[in-house]
Amino acid sequence: MSEKVLSVQDITMQFGGVVAVNNLSLEVHKDEIVSLIGPNGAGKTTAFNVITGVYAPTNGAVDFEGKNIISNYPRGKMEKMYAGENKGKYKKVTEPTPDKITKLGIARTFQNIRLFKELTVLENVLIAKHMRMKANIFADTFLLNWKEEKKMKEDSLELLRILDLYELKDEKSSSLPYGKQRHLEIARALATNPSLLLLDEPAAGLNPQETDELTEFIRKVRDHFHLTVFMIEHHMNLVMDISDRIYVIDFGKMIANGTPNEIQNNQKVIDAYLGVAEDE
Amino acid sequence: MTEKKKTQLKVLFSLIALLVCAGMLFYVNHYTRPTFMLRTVLQLGAIYALVAVSMNLLNGFTGLFSLGQAGFMAIGAYTFAIFTIPVKSRSGVYYLYGVADWLSNIQIPIWAAIILAGLVAAILAAIIGAPVLRLKSDYFAIATLGFAEIVRIIVGSSPMNRITNGSLGLKLIPKFSNFYFPFIVVGICILIVSLLIRSSYGRAFKAIREDEIAAEAMGINLAKHKQLSFIISSFFAGISGALMGMYLGAITSTTFNVTLTYNILLIVVIGGMGSITGSIISSFLVIAAREWWLRFLDMEIFIGSFKVPLLKSGFRMVVFSLILMIVVLFFRRGIMGTNELNWNFIINRLNKKKKTGGESCE
Repeated sequence: MSEKVLSVQDITMQFGGVVAVNNLSLEVHKDEIVSLIGPNGAGKTTAFNVITGVYAPTNGAVDFEGKNIISNYPRGKMEKMYAGENKGKYKKVTEPTPDKITKLGIARTFQNIRLFKELTVLENVLIAKHMRMKANIFADTFLLNWKEEKKMKEDSLELLRILDLYELKDEKSSSLPYGKQRHLEIARALATNPSLLLLDEPAAGLNPQETDELTEFIRKVRDHFHLTVFMIEHHMNLVMDISDRIYVIDFGKMIANGTPNEIQNNQKVIDAYLGVAEDE
Repeated sequence: MTEKKKTQLKVLFSLIALLVCAGMLFYVNHYTRPTFMLRTVLQLGAIYALVAVSMNLLNGFTGLFSLGQAGFMAIGAYTFAIFTIPVKSRSGVYYLYGVADWLSNIQIPIWAAIILAGLVAAILAAIIGAPVLRLKSDYFAIATLGFAEIVRIIVGSSPMNRITNGSLGLKLIPKFSNFYFPFIVVGICILIVSLLIRSSYGRAFKAIREDEIAAEAMGINLAKHKQLSFIISSFFAGISGALMGMYLGAITSTTFNVTLTYNILLIVVIGGMGSITGSIISSFLVIAAREWWLRFLDMEIFIGSFKVPLLKSGFRMVVFSLILMIVVLFFRRGIMGTNELNWNFIINRLNKKKKTGGESCE
């Protein structure tokens, strides 16, 4: 089996008394496309937010490329309230902010598109390049690092060219059609040079044709940039079509995992999506 | 037309525009009476332009709604005054309380004092920035407003008597050595800010304004960049405070009260949050309207034997406020919005006119 890129271990996320993600463990391997699915409110986006550092988990750890990047255990107020499992298994506290996670090489997109609306397509991509900039603010202001700036711009234009967004480079990002905005969001995430790409419902709000385009787009991105893709998605066609493996969660707990074929025939998954009749 | 040629043309036009501005200043300086209102408007307008641009960097470009600008101006102005009032006239300035011993013999050159004014403001911003920048939107505005008031009250308080001369304020601050001085300083400062805005850091600031969560997900360190923006904005506010001190010649702590902050905010909003040229244009317009064009409303005017009603001292501000309300109602995003008045903008406008003109002919 190829090397592990992401390994989520016993993640529990508890808000007050509500356990949004309960003891979730999963693994994503290199060059895979893995999907996380589940009914509304199952805790998929929360899991994403934990991995990207938006929330510190209540308990559990996350490893990325073999290194521990996030770790926490129930402390303070949570110590008494904690309702999850594996209490006491983790002793370390590592709570990086989202920008640190991105710097390590995990890029993400958002469920409801979060582009920099007033800025152009090119600027959106350039901003993602900013964190790798070596020059300090003085050198940058007085154009002492013009070579670096020039390279940033060339790289960004090259990226836009590969992803067929070059023609739109000077358009305001909010003026793009919805499907293109989705593409741009992925392009912007790619500009951070990630090795793992997290997509949060990339096909939300797209029509069937746009969804097909997106499927191709994601494949193209994975092959061209040698990426690992981990995504949340509701469009079953897209998920079954593109995924190598699928994890299914419901009420914060993982209920199944396996290849698309296995998942389609898994009784637990069918029950979670369609509901179980009370008396039969 | 190739890109290169276009850039060359733009540079040429910019140089011409700069020369025209310089020529106009030269004309005003040499061919108008020293009491002519336009001179006041231009100098004061330039100072307000700088502080408006500095506020815009924070409010319009980084999306941090700060109301502390007057506080940083006060720090700049006082720093400048304390270090530049001629040594021999200090006893006259501090006639009541006396001057602190360490201070009595320090006097530094004007240019150094201006930079020092900016630095002191920036250092203070760095100190208060760490706790205050954790706050969001309205809370941040209130905290900075409170900070400005604290600064104003501290410099005017009695323990500071021997340094800031307490509530008596400072006078005999060196005036501008010549008519062009403020324009040169303001010009350089605004140039630096606009260079910053178009740099990668400037783009990061704009990203924070557009969407903090997305900016952070793109690897932008929010705390660091907000802090940078806050410090730089305060630096230039400090410099504009120094210039204000030079312009007025005498300052007290009440010079920098909340009303000053609101005046600056008003200029920024009318010019357009997120437009440097907007702030510059609007500061000259607002100052000209307030100090010059509407002056006649304060005087009693007789047409024949008919006395025009309502015109009396203070009525100017009523009309001024009305105009402001109308401007804000009809130009909700200010004169320029987030656009900049540059050659691209002008070329686009002209092209648009041509296109729509062509269509209406058909």
